[in-house]
Amino acid sequence: MADNRPRLPDGFVAFVKQDCPTCELIVPVLEQLAEAELLSVVYTQDDVSFPNLPITSDDTSLEMSFFYEIETVPTLLKTVKGREVDRIVGWSQEEWSSFLGVEDLGPEDIRPYSPGCGSLSVDPDLEGKLRQRYGKGAASRVVKFASAEDEFEAMYDRGWSDGLPLIPPTVERVLAMLEGTTLQPEEVVALAPPNLVSLTVEKVAINAVMAGCKPEYLPVVIAALETACTDEFNMHGLLATTMPVGPIIFVNGPIRKSIEMNSGMNLLGQGNRANSTIGRAVQLAIRNVGGGRPGGVDRATHGSPAKYGLCFAEDEEGSPWSSHAQDLGFSPDQSTVTLFPGEGPRVIVDQLSRSPDELARSLASGLIGNAHPKWVMGFDAILIIGPEHASRFAEAGWSKEKVNEEIINHTIRDSNDLIRGADGIAEGLPEAFAGTSLPKLRPDGGLIILYGGGEAGLFSAIIGGWISGDKGSQYQTREITL
Amino acid sequence: MTISVLDPTGEQVPAHRTRAQRITSLEGATIGLLDISKPRGDVFLDTVQSLLEKKGANVLRFTKPTFTKPAPVDLRHEIATTCDAVIEALAD
Repeated sequence: MADNRPRLPDGFVAFVKQDCPTCELIVPVLEQLAEAELLSVVYTQDDVSFPNLPITSDDTSLEMSFFYEIETVPTLLKTVKGREVDRIVGWSQEEWSSFLGVEDLGPEDIRPYSPGCGSLSVDPDLEGKLRQRYGKGAASRVVKFASAEDEFEAMYDRGWSDGLPLIPPTVERVLAMLEGTTLQPEEVVALAPPNLVSLTVEKVAINAVMAGCKPEYLPVVIAALETACTDEFNMHGLLATTMPVGPIIFVNGPIRKSIEMNSGMNLLGQGNRANSTIGRAVQLAIRNVGGGRPGGVDRATHGSPAKYGLCFAEDEEGSPWSSHAQDLGFSPDQSTVTLFPGEGPRVIVDQLSRSPDELARSLASGLIGNAHPKWVMGFDAILIIGPEHASRFAEAGWSKEKVNEEIINHTIRDSNDLIRGADGIAEGLPEAFAGTSLPKLRPDGGLIILYGGGEAGLFSAIIGGWISGDKGSQYQTREITL
Repeated sequence: MTISVLDPTGEQVPAHRTRAQRITSLEGATIGLLDISKPRGDVFLDTVQSLLEKKGANVLRFTKPTFTKPAPVDLRHEIATTCDAVIEALAD
């Protein structure tokens, strides 16, 4: 790694502050060393006239103290070719004599030992500001692992992982990640549930590094977290429920292409870095910053692989229809992220339907099983229509609106079959719903239709939702700003 | 070389880890004695060591570079991985 720190003069370099009894004590020593030209410079943190020597240098900005990670004053560095090679801290006459190779150091009656004081550059009130001012951009606590410790195991031990390995979030990696956004590191993206902790851009970046994101994914992660943490989306409820649901994320607009997301073959599966890491970064931020962990506030009975973070893109180029974002009024040059409270996906196979009507009936029958076949209207769904299925509709000239309407119409059933006890199944609607007809999905937005998947396969995919609307979670779309 | 990372959490709790299992007997246990580098700390710990050894404990000795600062992370790791318990000696 390149050492970008300001260079030091060769020889020995001391850091002191006037407001430190030990530094006061050793002024005669510093004078002796300056006179002998052993000491090249004394950096003073708080008073440019202390100590009053020609080699005293102003470090009241704390820049040098910060870059050289001075924790205690006095600290004495040994330098070669502008770089530190060794250091001692505090005052010990014996230690300084041996470090400098000088006998008879200081006046005869000087106290031989004094521990020193804290450096101003590690003052808790200043440290975060210094990190930002001197380009380290990181206000977060630094966690050090021992050299004999395996950093990957150490991160597991601290509970930061979802179970998969994490990339260590070093300062360098986090700074590189922050290049992916124009937002400032200290800006607050959201209050992360369940503990309602301020989620800063920097904390998002740290978790995005760990998840394996590239910097250019960061705006998607940020927009997704902003959306997840709204009252309408209700990430808290999604986390705490015993249902196996998580924030399902899909992306529309030009950013899909620029970050090379997969909207084609295996779009819901493994193998694409953006798809695999964006949702994971969202979940890690909620886990680590918000404190939402399985067995804690996360009470899922079974959970779902989707809770690692399920993220994909819509295939807008291949689609015979407008995109989901365009349906909501976004223009083709706007990028958006949509969060849907959902389970893991499953397939509907239909290899025999040749007419759009047959296929609409078939897909409707597949959707009826979501949550429970006798539950209706309360749970929304995503239907990702594969290219071969979509061509059945497109060739017949069906618009997406028509497909949506026909499928929902084909889910309408006699409510006498849905009430409690019907078909010998205790689960179902209250008796009061008897004597009417009801669709599985609410007609005003209960079904999101997307286009995506590989070219071969007469399949579509369903993602079943959670309790929709005010009582649970309302799916949301938001523009991604860079 | 130690590696430093940035804390990904909300920093609501100290960056602690779970305590080691408490020992129930000194017999056969490995006890670390950590001298914090204060004068005569070694004298005190010499006595502690002989008392522990009489009770059947194995003793390992460690020394902090300076009492003014927390023990370096490598030293803490070495103690944690080689000892069942540690006694840190204050002295003056």
